[in-house]
Amino acid sequence: MVSLQLDNVGAAYGRKAIVSGVSVPAIGAGAVVAVIGPNAAGKSTLFKRIAGLVKGPGAVRVSGSGKGRNAIGYMPQDSAANAVLSVYESLLLARKQGSSWSVADDDLVYIDGVLHALNIAELSFLDLGVLSGGQRQLVSMAQALVREPDILLMDEPTSALDLHRQVEVLEFVRRQARERGMIVMIALHDLNQALRFADTVLLIDQGAMRACGAPSAVITATMLRQIYRVEARIEKCSRNLDHVIVDTAAA
Amino acid sequence: MAAIEAYGDEITALSGRALYRVHTRRKLIILGLMALALCLSFAIDLAWGPAHYGLDQVIIALFDPGAVSDQVRTVVWDIRLPVAVMAIVVGAALSLAGAQMQTILANPLASPFTLGISAAASFGAGLAIVTSVPLLPVAASLIVPANAFVAALGATLFIYLISQARGVSVQTIVLLGIALVFTFNALLAFLQFLASEQALSAVVFWTMGSLAKATWPKIAVTLAVLLIALPLFARNAWALTAIRLGDDKAASFGVNVRRIRLETMLMVSLLTSVPVSFVGTIGFVGLVGPHIARMILGEDQRFFLPGSVLAGALLLSLTSIVSKSIIPGVVFPIGIITALVGVPFFFSLIITTMRKSW
Repeated sequence: MVSLQLDNVGAAYGRKAIVSGVSVPAIGAGAVVAVIGPNAAGKSTLFKRIAGLVKGPGAVRVSGSGKGRNAIGYMPQDSAANAVLSVYESLLLARKQGSSWSVADDDLVYIDGVLHALNIAELSFLDLGVLSGGQRQLVSMAQALVREPDILLMDEPTSALDLHRQVEVLEFVRRQARERGMIVMIALHDLNQALRFADTVLLIDQGAMRACGAPSAVITATMLRQIYRVEARIEKCSRNLDHVIVDTAAA
Repeated sequence: MAAIEAYGDEITALSGRALYRVHTRRKLIILGLMALALCLSFAIDLAWGPAHYGLDQVIIALFDPGAVSDQVRTVVWDIRLPVAVMAIVVGAALSLAGAQMQTILANPLASPFTLGISAAASFGAGLAIVTSVPLLPVAASLIVPANAFVAALGATLFIYLISQARGVSVQTIVLLGIALVFTFNALLAFLQFLASEQALSAVVFWTMGSLAKATWPKIAVTLAVLLIALPLFARNAWALTAIRLGDDKAASFGVNVRRIRLETMLMVSLLTSVPVSFVGTIGFVGLVGPHIARMILGEDQRFFLPGSVLAGALLLSLTSIVSKSIIPGVVFPIGIITALVGVPFFFSLIITTMRKSW
């Protein structure tokens, strides 16, 4: 079973350090980790560092995966593309990198499966350039999924989706994590989604890790005041689930 | 939403994978038709000229030279064949260079012509013609192509190095290219101002681009560059396509974006500078050849790559025919004719093709 551990991980662009000192004890297969923090906290850079796209100190330790560099799948935040490619071609592209030109039926079957699982089969032969923001996000997620990663990093995957799609996608991702033993790290701005869907919450602010633990232990009124600068309460809803209620911006 | 595996077996025969296979077959047929059109254009190019021959005569002259008269053999093999082959090889090379420039710079305006590489080659050639100053230690007869080559290669590498700098946007590179065009045009004008009348006319003729300069050694060198570039690009086909989705996305697919860009740009430098140094400035084909391929076939490099090669070769081969058809007995410099032939075709594609070209 795959596991992921971050040891004092940092990331830098040139000489400018963006993230530093992020340590997370081993995350086990099937876990969903929400990465939260204000704008420009360093969440995207941390994801890129874990995905190996930027360099930095510390170590990202992946064990229990036989996929080498392909163990980690990364869904970037901005997926706008004007390439003259259909959605289907872009998924094939994601799955076939580095291999021969010929396309096996197995690859196509898997792509069909992902498209149907995400309810976007009707987009298959549309060009990427004509997709709406929400559709682009779903296609980007499909591109990450067809690579069958053991660890999936999703940078704000629901920011352009309507409410129904947001819930649908997050439930789907959590189910994938449980059923396939995949680790999912997901950057979220909606703290109620983090409370509801994550097993662990990692809080990043100003490039440093501020907390890591169970959602209810990390997302507190004190944290919201200090990090997000809002006066808020955490209350139980009618289904006895924690819920963030924001009263006002803190002075 | 359901589990991925659950759906794989349930999908009907007319679902994504069946449609994908249909689309792929359609693209292969289009490529076949383009290749056929190129063969036809090549044969007409050989048959067309002050002395008209039938296609059957040309084919016999090509495959059984002993069966035709000395005159036909000489005209086809020694006069028309080098020009017709050069048109195809140069068209293919410039279109391929433009296609990969547009791919790795993510810019629809990228081409040897618009990024100032052709202008640099013209300046290099002008420098050789007007001052005889060599940029490479070569024989006197090779100074013009050698200077054009060095200048073009220098301009391409300069653009590449700038494009690699942090914070340089796609728009900046286009602006830089336009600045290079103006710079080299100004330098060339300066040379022309100083040139003798004889040198001036030689420079002007060179910059018009002409296939009349075709020789078998030049064809062999250009073809060699093309044959080195094609397998490299073919090997990187998935990676090059992925770069069109953005650097982050491509990197997330495991593509070493930096290495692919470097390899591609170096190859593009050769693909551009070699033909331009031999035949002069031929604009348009490097810009429009890839766009024609993109509109018809999309940007999956498995189809876009051969499509760009065929579109460029066909465009220049047709231009070669037109260049000797306007006034019987007169062969116009091909650089003048390329755009005149290509623009109507390109416009008709834009109007009739529903697919976005960028």
